[in-house]
Amino acid sequence: MAIEIRIPTILRTYTGGAKSVEGSGATLADLLDDVESRHGGLQARLVDDAGLRRFVNVYLNDEDVRFLGGLSAPVKDGDTVTVLPAVAGGTR
Amino acid sequence: MLTISGVLQAKIIAHARADHPDEACGVIAGPAGQDRPERFIPMDNAERSPTFYRFDSMEQLRVWREMDDRDEEPAVVYHSHTATEAYPSRTDIAYASEPGAHYVLVSTREPDETEFRSFRIVDGEVTEEEIRVTADGTAE
Repeated sequence: MAIEIRIPTILRTYTGGAKSVEGSGATLADLLDDVESRHGGLQARLVDDAGLRRFVNVYLNDEDVRFLGGLSAPVKDGDTVTVLPAVAGGTR
Repeated sequence: MLTISGVLQAKIIAHARADHPDEACGVIAGPAGQDRPERFIPMDNAERSPTFYRFDSMEQLRVWREMDDRDEEPAVVYHSHTATEAYPSRTDIAYASEPGAHYVLVSTREPDETEFRSFRIVDGEVTEEEIRVTADGTAE
């Protein structure tokens, strides 16, 4: 079973420079646990105590996972997960 | 140093003025690895706020995929401050996630002049850089 996770430039320090890694799991949470076992530290950049980090966008195929149940979103073989840090900022 | 055409600089400023008093934001894409801003991509500020900006997550996915398909990178990430100086704020620095990009800040706090400055933001460190404005227009 393989699910591709596309990694943004700024997080490739955790993947040895790889633009994408593979993993498996029934939900996004499982998948991230699986990937963490080979790329330690990556999960903490995506998840905090409250769930998926607010300023990191995670997409399952063509949809934002916020609308698919977040960490409990079901994933399956052949899916692609894309991570993009939010582009944001402000006055302060 | 940021090298940018006058045409593109004018587009950024026009976008900032049009959205004032909300913060305006966008990207200028260029061929990957060449540090050449070419294709102007104004983005919607999903926050619609005078003090915060954020790219809509689906629009960002579309634009980033398009850049990937076209072998481009975000050469410039720009946004405006509408009441403060054109310098990266603490949140601008905290959320800067494109280490290869030039972060262009525009300030529309004065009606008669627009501040236009460029910075590199890498690992939380801000370095202001010179801007060289070229006379040629560039293809979009």
